[in-house]
Amino acid sequence: MQLESMYQEIILDHYRHPHHKGLREPFDAEVHHVNPTCGDEVTLRVMLKDAGNEPEIADVSYDALGCSISQASVSVLTDLVIGKPVSEAMDIEAEFLRLMRSAAEPDEDVLGDAVVFAGVAKYPARIKCALLGWMAWKDATSQAIAWRGDFGGSSPLAREQR
Amino acid sequence: MSFDVGRVRKDFPILDRTVRGGRPLVYLDSANTSQKPRQVIDTLSDFYERHNANIHRATHELGEEATAAYEGARITAARFIGTSDETEVVFTKNISEAINLVAYSLGNAAGRLAVGPGDEIVITEMEHHSNIVPWQLLCQRTGATLRWFNVTQDGRLDLSRADELINEHTKIVALAHQSNVLGTINPVVSIASRAHAAGALVLVDAAQSVPHGLMDVSSLGADFVGFTGHKMCGPTGIGVLWARRELLEEMPPFLGGGEMIETVFMDRSTYAPPPHKFEAGTMPIAQAVGLGAAVDYLSDLDLAAVRAHEHKLVQRALHALAEIDGLRILGPAEPVDRGSAISFTLDGVHPHDVSQVLDDCGVAVRAGHHCAWPLHRALGVQSSTRASFYLYNTPDEVDALADGIRTAQKFFGVT
Repeated sequence: MQLESMYQEIILDHYRHPHHKGLREPFDAEVHHVNPTCGDEVTLRVMLKDAGNEPEIADVSYDALGCSISQASVSVLTDLVIGKPVSEAMDIEAEFLRLMRSAAEPDEDVLGDAVVFAGVAKYPARIKCALLGWMAWKDATSQAIAWRGDFGGSSPLAREQR
Repeated sequence: MSFDVGRVRKDFPILDRTVRGGRPLVYLDSANTSQKPRQVIDTLSDFYERHNANIHRATHELGEEATAAYEGARITAARFIGTSDETEVVFTKNISEAINLVAYSLGNAAGRLAVGPGDEIVITEMEHHSNIVPWQLLCQRTGATLRWFNVTQDGRLDLSRADELINEHTKIVALAHQSNVLGTINPVVSIASRAHAAGALVLVDAAQSVPHGLMDVSSLGADFVGFTGHKMCGPTGIGVLWARRELLEEMPPFLGGGEMIETVFMDRSTYAPPPHKFEAGTMPIAQAVGLGAAVDYLSDLDLAAVRAHEHKLVQRALHALAEIDGLRILGPAEPVDRGSAISFTLDGVHPHDVSQVLDDCGVAVRAGHHCAWPLHRALGVQSSTRASFYLYNTPDEVDALADGIRTAQKFFGVT
């Protein structure tokens, strides 16, 4: 069986026991992304906090319906980006995208557990599954940053939730 | 005549290949696209090698041969669906284009065909997106209202509101002959007669029925029938819109361009008679000829025996799948008024993961919403796995499907 190259044990673990799942408050931005080929969907929230020179990812929470790959991928993402400065989290996202698009040798120092998705990159039909949560996170984070850039501080939505 | 699946399989070269590291190919995705017999592949090569030229405008021998082949395919297709008038057969690139042609043209029509505010278009929840979105666009352009037949939980059309849904405001009723997800065969004849009594036109999406030789436009009662070549052993890039001659004459054109005109002046144009009025630009000539070869291939078989063979496969599959714990078949559980697509969900394993494990076993199926998102919502599921059978499938392949599903359950630890 070649299946194990895609369904690494770490992926199955995250699928069965997802990390940081559930929608939490407060949040600066919320997005809803859909994979149009299969209907898988994720609602994802990002909360930033001020930390030194640049904001940091305070929390990523989500609710998702989808296959093992999409579920595990968003779970791994939360482990990797929560608590990181935004620029470092964006670098991780860029490296993950590079892995998915080119099946390049992944940089384990940057990607951590996410390197196990290298097997998924060999199945073109499943790359969108792996990217669903990452695209949603990037979108939500960009919206949260844009808000802060324009007005400073957390969004009124987040302040109200507090 | 009878039917020998072993002999038929020899006509399809691709069925000899292996996938995923040496496993025999079990192709159960024919509702998505069918495989192609040698006869069709050879016809395409022969056309390009021996007869290639543009049609209707070349005055040389090759042009004559290409034109004869293209127009010959139109006659072949017309006879296959039960009409003696081949000018009622318009070639399109696929059925999506055929339905868009009708929806667009009616949006520009005058007189009795005109669509406007207060008019209603009736479709069903079990439609493919190809028979939904063109009507949404027509309603947006004209102010008409889109109305829906619901589906019952066992995957049939809910006809209890038919008299209310189809009324004097209804301009067109558009529905699938056979559902691409559920396999359900709809009672088109009775719905069409109700629609005609209300003064409405009827369009039938026959993409899933024509491949099984299930089409006689002379008795179906529809005004428009669309189907696509690639699901019936033909090439991609070629489809058919059949319509009553008087409608094609009355309808304004869809795409403008070469070959669809009669005269062109700087301030106006007049149009060629149908079907050429609707065939602008250089058409997919070789693909039309290939479709003709596909129809010839199917016609040379005993199609009643083919359908009996497919029916046995469906029966076997329904039975085998019903025995799997946690498996829910969407659509009719009995092989009555039911074609050869079987969609299902499996507790605890997402359709993508089911299909990935099946693929690893060499079994090709489709996973997702199968371009029928409203139907999946109506049935309360996000997506499904679909196996679909065609003339070249065997009982052993049905068993391979059931075995593969059990493998998926084991792999994901749900049994």
